[in-house]
Amino acid sequence: MAEAVAEAGAGVAPGAPEVPGVPGAPEVPERSRALEGVRGYGLIVAMWIRSTMTYRTSFFLATFGNATVQLLDFVAIYIMFSHVEALGGFSLPEIALLYGSCSASLGLADLLLGNTDRIGVRVRDGSLDTMLVRPVPLLAQVAADRFALRRLGRIVQGLGVLGWAVWALDVAWTPGKVLLVPVMILAGAAIFAAVMLAGAAFQFVAGDAAEVQNSFTYGGNTMLQYPPTVFGKDLLRGVTFIVPLAFVNWLPALHVLGRPDPLGLPGWVGYLSPLVAFVAFLPASLAWRAGVRSYRSTGS
Amino acid sequence: MRQRAALYAAVAAGGFRRYATYGTATAAGVFTNTVFGFILAYTYIALWDERPGLGGYDQAQALTFVWVSQSLLAAGSLIGGGFQEEMQERIRTGDIAVDLYRPADLQAWWLAADLGRAGFQLLGRGVVPLLAGALAFPLALPVDPVRWLLFLVSVVLALVVGFAVRYLVGLSAFWLMDGTGVNMMAVVVTIFFSGMLLPLTVFPGGFGEFVRTLPWAAMLQVPLDVLLGKNAGAGGAAGALGFQACWALVLLGLGRLVQSAATRKVVVQGG
Repeated sequence: MAEAVAEAGAGVAPGAPEVPGVPGAPEVPERSRALEGVRGYGLIVAMWIRSTMTYRTSFFLATFGNATVQLLDFVAIYIMFSHVEALGGFSLPEIALLYGSCSASLGLADLLLGNTDRIGVRVRDGSLDTMLVRPVPLLAQVAADRFALRRLGRIVQGLGVLGWAVWALDVAWTPGKVLLVPVMILAGAAIFAAVMLAGAAFQFVAGDAAEVQNSFTYGGNTMLQYPPTVFGKDLLRGVTFIVPLAFVNWLPALHVLGRPDPLGLPGWVGYLSPLVAFVAFLPASLAWRAGVRSYRSTGS
Repeated sequence: MRQRAALYAAVAAGGFRRYATYGTATAAGVFTNTVFGFILAYTYIALWDERPGLGGYDQAQALTFVWVSQSLLAAGSLIGGGFQEEMQERIRTGDIAVDLYRPADLQAWWLAADLGRAGFQLLGRGVVPLLAGALAFPLALPVDPVRWLLFLVSVVLALVVGFAVRYLVGLSAFWLMDGTGVNMMAVVVTIFFSGMLLPLTVFPGGFGEFVRTLPWAAMLQVPLDVLLGKNAGAGGAAGALGFQACWALVLLGLGRLVQSAATRKVVVQGG
């Protein structure tokens, strides 16, 4: 968790916008700007948690609902397995490993900066202007916007299914494979986070297009729950080399399971996820910067 | 009476136009539905390869199920969205008092607005994903125009049942103030029991039979079965539409009861 916070923080630094229209604002060194972003993020998050807790029943229902709505995908897989022995050549515990890890990753990314997709609404109704004049980096504000603690529900159910998978799987665990499981979750969260950042940047250009980003995050998650053998090779190439979703869990999990990659990539590629996450943040944060620069207010 | 009809027609047209305004959001939604359609289609192919004829569908019918579901998803507000969140906000802020003061029926007003929205989303978000699916996969779409007509009637009934349930969800805000939790649970139940997660015919044994009698089945499973011709003969189709109509009436009636209980407890502040 802490690492993922740092991950989100790392995203804050390059994206911190210059506050427009404030000439002579003191030059803040890059380092403290990052800290300031994390601090601002923390304050806004704390505010939203307090606000959520005002309606406690609703919060618990929503958290439970969030976990359940996600878990339904696994229930669907479970029902499928009441009719079949294997799907795409994978057994139920093997699919549970895929399901649990990508759920936990997406849950983590969604919790920390999932509401960046609201930026389209903010642009449309003009409230982004208010954010731009506040003395907190824009990305920190956008990421913490309406921080939804209920998303813990998704993480918890994902980790639950993952735990069951690890228990039920017949895998020869080596130290490398054991280490790979938590690394896969955190790196996966970072990859999803990069996609969310890029999606938010896209909305500066496209307007209210939150759904496009959803199809990569939630849609990607739905895809990653199933074995890669189910999908066409072109799709696999796309999510390996263009939008690197395959690194969220497919490639690490294939290595853990000792299965070959359908595209023929070697097993050690499974360890590259953290690097891929880092590389994915470069275009994402450049896009974010470009997006903020190109922003024009809708006016009064 | 004619004035009434004109009023609700105007409200429905307003609902249609309101959603038609957001072109980008609609295009983005179409994109999402198409992406999900592809992902689910691949998983269904894998499943139906293992078990041909599962749930009484062949592979083409299963794929049709996927793509038509994606097309109906936005119109039916099956995964959230729709008027109930706005209504809850109006209840929380007290604006609902103004709505109650209007010379129009609250339930009919929202029904008209929601059908207007659904009408737009049926066209705006339904047609393109289905076309994409039909181009990329072999679908079992009927050629018989009567079947399409029955399907259309079934979809309208499905939308009314969906509205009636969401109206109850919306009214819950009179007691809970914040609807986030109830909305979430409503979505969970809808996804599971409507057939969106998996066709209800795939659900095992007695449980499967039970879920096919619930109102959520009327929101998606029944229209799809009407389209796929699962209810053979005129009697079968009439039975399916009757099932939907019954649930629509029961739930709309229940909505009225809850509404009158709720409005009795409204206290309008101010002077």
